Amino acid sequence: MANNEYDAIVVGSGISGGMAAKELTEKGLKVLMLERGRNIEHIKDYTNAHKEAWNYPHRDLPTQKRKQEEPVIQRDYPLNESTNGMWASHQDSPYVEKKRFDWYRGYHVGGRSLLWGRQSYRLNEEDFLANAKEGIAVDWPIRYEDLAPWYDYVERFAGISGSRDGLDVLPDGQFLPPIPLNVVEKEVAQRLQKAFGGTRHLIHGRSANITEPKPEQNRVNCQYRNKCWLGCPFGGYFSTQSSTLPLAMKTGNLTLRPFSIVTRVLYDKDKKRATGVEILDSETNQTYVFKSKIVFLNASALNSTWMLMNSATDVWEGGLGSSSGELGHNIMDHHFRVGASAEVEGFDDKYYYGRRPSGFYIPRFRNWHDDKRNYLRGFGYQGSASRDGWNRNIAEMGIGAGLKDAITEPGTWRIGMTAFGEMLPHHDNRIYLNKDKKDKWGLPVLEMDVEIKENEIAMRKDMKDDAVEMFERAGLKNVNGYEGDYAPGMGIHEMGGARMGRDPKTSVTNKFNQVWDAPNVFMTDGACMTSASCVNPSLTYLALTARAASYAVEELKKRNL
Amino acid sequence: MERRDILKLITAATGVAMVGADAFAWDKAPEATSAKDAGFTTEDISLLNEIGETIIPATDSPGAKAANVGATMVGLVADCYTPPEQAEFRQGLKAIDVESKAAFSKPFLLLSATQRHELLTKLDSIAKAQDEKVGLGWAVHQKPSHRNMEDKGPVPHYFTLMKQLTLFCFFTSEVGATKALRYVSIPGKYDGDMPYQKGDRAWAT
Repeated sequence: MANNEYDAIVVGSGISGGMAAKELTEKGLKVLMLERGRNIEHIKDYTNAHKEAWNYPHRDLPTQKRKQEEPVIQRDYPLNESTNGMWASHQDSPYVEKKRFDWYRGYHVGGRSLLWGRQSYRLNEEDFLANAKEGIAVDWPIRYEDLAPWYDYVERFAGISGSRDGLDVLPDGQFLPPIPLNVVEKEVAQRLQKAFGGTRHLIHGRSANITEPKPEQNRVNCQYRNKCWLGCPFGGYFSTQSSTLPLAMKTGNLTLRPFSIVTRVLYDKDKKRATGVEILDSETNQTYVFKSKIVFLNASALNSTWMLMNSATDVWEGGLGSSSGELGHNIMDHHFRVGASAEVEGFDDKYYYGRRPSGFYIPRFRNWHDDKRNYLRGFGYQGSASRDGWNRNIAEMGIGAGLKDAITEPGTWRIGMTAFGEMLPHHDNRIYLNKDKKDKWGLPVLEMDVEIKENEIAMRKDMKDDAVEMFERAGLKNVNGYEGDYAPGMGIHEMGGARMGRDPKTSVTNKFNQVWDAPNVFMTDGACMTSASCVNPSLTYLALTARAASYAVEELKKRNL
Repeated sequence: MERRDILKLITAATGVAMVGADAFAWDKAPEATSAKDAGFTTEDISLLNEIGETIIPATDSPGAKAANVGATMVGLVADCYTPPEQAEFRQGLKAIDVESKAAFSKPFLLLSATQRHELLTKLDSIAKAQDEKVGLGWAVHQKPSHRNMEDKGPVPHYFTLMKQLTLFCFFTSEVGATKALRYVSIPGKYDGDMPYQKGDRAWAT
């Protein structure tokens, strides 16, 4: 085998790319994993993992200069000192916002698996049926049963903590013991059960933080530091570095090439197959070609879609997969930043120890069973309860010892939650190439034309009102509903662009995530999602990736690819 | 010599950026502007430490001066505040002595602890009233990086800025987090039902 030829190429090293590389190498394929950014080695390169607030020049705050330099990531939490350099720079990698779109990207080995929120939920049976039942977009080509064994498989591997709650709206999985709820959350859970006749459930968040060690992966259980985004020196959460990459490396079948921007998938129009990829070395600006039998595109939804748009343009002007008319369309996110907070009376003799990386979850209840609303689909809440800390308002306190004594003791218990709502797939929510603007490497950039529409706006009213109602009926005090600004992308759950479907005329990928026009190209990141559900999507990418990798190897053996 | 200075020299000599451990990790955040470059003197920092100590005094635990909040404050003012906030803060630093002389015929640093407390309590009330009038009643609890360059409208009273910075710089300091509050770097477990007795310290985070 020549040194630029592999069995498989995996583009991207984040959550789904890491899983693709692990599965394919373990099945004996020689795999090249390409990553556009720099390398980050597990533990050794987690340079901030043991730093505290006082170790940062501005106590972890962004400076005005950095805000000016990073007009996008400064819109929300990613701009700080502790994760400096871990979110892609707008200066090097700009994009165009026809409508405001917040795109938070991780351009380094591990991608956003190092930075993710780790909440891990299964889609439910209805999620796969809703499009067809409601006449929205196209039908998913798979059902829950198709994915269930793969959810089992990836949950066992990644290590998902959670409780088995027996709810059809949120299927149970292969869980490690849950991260505990605190005493106030348990109380509110009971009050909600009573107030809503057992139709609203406040349950343990399900998180890819392990509550038991995984010695086979050299991972120690979560240490409750809540510093996951600094890289965990204990391997307490699932990331490429902690889990998939070491196992892929161990096979001896993996080559990892950082600083490799894949510019296009190479396409043989006679055989209707991809033959490999072309890359630009981001350090030397040299172009290289790598050949392979199969290609997995796992560069994150919008970047994987961008790659297709840049490929086979001599055959299709709009790129590989554009024959469907759907490439770059049906972009989704989860809309959020709306919810409520409240004070919880009593429990003055209770506190907690440790910093959890996860809180509680309230699964969807709208448009479920007999409930019918003036919009489609639903939302879930993520939240937690805690006691007020030093930065609280004590109106009568001015300055001095009295103030200090008061705010160095914990204050009132407070509970808060934020809704995450499903965004419908719309053909006209789309991204496309903007050939006027170029990135640092002279490559065309994406232009975003995505917005929330009537269904989401109607849903947001419930997302706030229901939060307020639940806290009020649970007997909590000073209940405050809130709605902050939200723009698509802010959820960092970009989905769509190359959706799965049953018909090559209306979808880009088939039921095994193969691009219809090049069946040896697999899309198993967020790009393939046919609808968004309202649950955090990464676990589903893992399951789809493992399933597609297994299928790809079988098909290779049968010489079908 | 600091390692990054050595790297800078190598880069200057060879024209090649070093590819070393630092280039393969979470980037180091840019250093804070030095007090000198920010236009603050050592006397300014001493004054800020004393103002801070009046807001958060040493009690059975160390106070703001022990955390040297003044030194941290000037960096945040220079780098995290917008120009209108900086201007308000800088003129406020001068105003403290003007107020002090008007009330006690002495500069702030020569006042007794009681006099300092009295003066700053008065300023605190004035600041609160002024802020609330313009919808900035919450400003003391906001992060010092909260405001954006594009933001128009009034900035908080200078004493609110001093109090905001004192609280933030103290409770994010090692002294504040570990001595006035409680902090455990590696808790190792979560207990959501821990007994609490009045007087037990709050967690830093």
